[in-house]
Amino acid sequence: MTSTPSTTVRAQRWLRENLFSSPANAATSLLLLALAIWLGSKFFNWAVLNAIWGQAPVTTCNALAGQGACWAVVADKWRQMLFGIYPRDEQWRPMLAVVLFCAVLVLSALRWFWHSRRLAVLWVGGSAVCAWLMAGGLGLASVPTSLWGGLPITLMLAVYGTLLAFPLGIALALGRRSHMPIVRAVSVVYIELVRGVPLVTVLFMASIMFALFMPEGISIDKLLRAQIAIILFNAAYIAEVVRAGLQALPRGQIEAAEALGLGYWQMHRLVVLPQALKVTIPAQVNSFIDNFKDTSLVIIVSIFDFLYAVKQAVVSDLDWRHFFVEGYLFAMAVYWIFCFAMSRYSQWLEKHLSRELRS
Amino acid sequence: MWASERLRRIVYQLALLLLVAAVAGYAAHNLVHNLQSRSITIGFGYLTQESGFDISEKLVAFDPSHSYARAFFVGLLNTLFVSACAIVVATLLGLAVGIARLSPNWLLRKLATGYVETVRNVPLILQLLMWYGMLTELLPPVAEALHLGPAYLSQRGVTLPWPEAHNGWRAALLGIAAAAIFSLMWSRWTQAVQMRTGKRLPVAWPSLLVFVLLPSIAWAAMGAPTDWSQPVLAGFDFEGGKTVSPEFIALFAGLSIYTAAFIAEIVRGGIQAVPRGQIDAADALGLSRAQRLRLVVLPQALRVIIPPLTSQYLNLTKNSSLAVAIGYPDLVSVSNTSLNQTGQAIEAIALMMAVYLAISLAISGLMNWYNFRVRLVER
Repeated sequence: MTSTPSTTVRAQRWLRENLFSSPANAATSLLLLALAIWLGSKFFNWAVLNAIWGQAPVTTCNALAGQGACWAVVADKWRQMLFGIYPRDEQWRPMLAVVLFCAVLVLSALRWFWHSRRLAVLWVGGSAVCAWLMAGGLGLASVPTSLWGGLPITLMLAVYGTLLAFPLGIALALGRRSHMPIVRAVSVVYIELVRGVPLVTVLFMASIMFALFMPEGISIDKLLRAQIAIILFNAAYIAEVVRAGLQALPRGQIEAAEALGLGYWQMHRLVVLPQALKVTIPAQVNSFIDNFKDTSLVIIVSIFDFLYAVKQAVVSDLDWRHFFVEGYLFAMAVYWIFCFAMSRYSQWLEKHLSRELRS
Repeated sequence: MWASERLRRIVYQLALLLLVAAVAGYAAHNLVHNLQSRSITIGFGYLTQESGFDISEKLVAFDPSHSYARAFFVGLLNTLFVSACAIVVATLLGLAVGIARLSPNWLLRKLATGYVETVRNVPLILQLLMWYGMLTELLPPVAEALHLGPAYLSQRGVTLPWPEAHNGWRAALLGIAAAAIFSLMWSRWTQAVQMRTGKRLPVAWPSLLVFVLLPSIAWAAMGAPTDWSQPVLAGFDFEGGKTVSPEFIALFAGLSIYTAAFIAEIVRGGIQAVPRGQIDAADALGLSRAQRLRLVVLPQALRVIIPPLTSQYLNLTKNSSLAVAIGYPDLVSVSNTSLNQTGQAIEAIALMMAVYLAISLAISGLMNWYNFRVRLVER
């Protein structure tokens, strides 16, 4: 490819402006470049050039003596990492459920679906099909929740942990701004109490203490208990995001609604909440990302989520346990793809919505 | 009647109160019943009993004959210690990365962005497991420890030469603290002088001098101890020196690196929130780039930075509870051990939550006070 003088000139100018604008800047650039090339080539050699790709016996990997990555551990164990101890012959079901679930997530990110009826149909339908795929029945072999594991659990805990926390979060936010002292006190105490303690302690509470508060003989599924704990935990954070949205709403909107003679509920349903919630959508996506990452804490109370499945797959197998770095890198990549995609979506949405709100 | 708003309010609130009371009462009723049938007695009496377990890392003396209460206190100190260390490093690293994200140097900017986007989007607990795994599996065993200058690196952690206990060293530590207080007061005083007379007294080199002089004088005055305990390989472990455990390093590094990415974004946002005119004005005054950042941009950015920074400090402290996943004996880890031994689940969890709540309230109270002090005073 021949470079015309103008592109050479432009490239030179770009380099001068962005990398060599001053002696100090030039030195920084060269130093960083050297560092980046050195580390980058080391990593590239390890992860790509000297690595073992595809299926391979452990002995081949051991022969590498750490000079290259052994991706064979992922090739060998990816099913266990993604789906835990779900019966092997039925693993197409959680696979399909994950794909379907992601499709539902992507579809609800589209503006066309931002109508309560469309969203309701999408979510109720999607959830029902996923639940059927996971649990079985109606022609599929039934699989108890104790055998569920891996990525479906992570997605379930994160998505329902946010979705079902929403109504409670909105109620708490409204309660915190209420003129009724008892309602306000209860909301404030709940929000501050939950936000003041780490999720780990709440999960401990759900897994150890909860049984003591239930009538004797009634036991609730461990997974469900963790799910409830995550919902109750998230509600406090969602409440604060919603409160910020409520505070951002111009006072005139409320006065106008009152002038129209709307009551409290009508005013909030028709005027206040639609506008307040719209402003907070990007912040809600961000708190969903936090929630998605936080679900990995359930590993501490031994729930078989994606991270636990990965850890079990690599660490419990004595042959492969030296290659935990590869296994964890795989898990990091999976979490990263989800979180990065969502954070980009949230940034795009923020720009998009702010343009819309201004016009 | 129903239309009366006051009446409606009272009814709503009574209903809520009743609901809360009913749920609490029902739970309490079940609790009493369950405790009776399992013959568990409730109460904090167990705290005075002998714990019977040892804690691998402690800032105060502890052995199995000490009580559960002391074990809890040791865990709390560990939580506070690792959080305080990580807060300092995360703040410095976050500040550097946040400023780097706005650098005119393209490469530096992109590397900083890469750091933030990578670290932020991976769960902290996974990063902790990775660090811990690398420290304990990839490093050589103690017998073949890597020799880095005076330090040894092995699966047991980092072993360093350490000064022998002596009042001279303690005095030097006090000297450092005194120097810190002095330099803070000095910089305030120079500011006051500058306000009054327009003259700018030097800040950097007098502070530096004090930081060198005060500890050295204190150290010399108390007998100038020079004895260092050198690590020596004896059998399967080092004798002498100071060993920093892989659990601590993993938790400290993980928390610092993770939180720094969030702090970097806050710093960047804060700097970008400073109006362009301020920067132009600083340039017009002939300030250098560093002066502009230090004297004009950062002080104004701080107002925007402080509130979200507080919540990052709180998050870091709460996140230190993930120590339980890698076996660092923090508050949660120790509480978990004692609740498994005694079965006093409710007390242990309640105590744990109360302590975190107290830490949270204390930090946010402190930051609110600071926030109040740096607020914009409108004319």
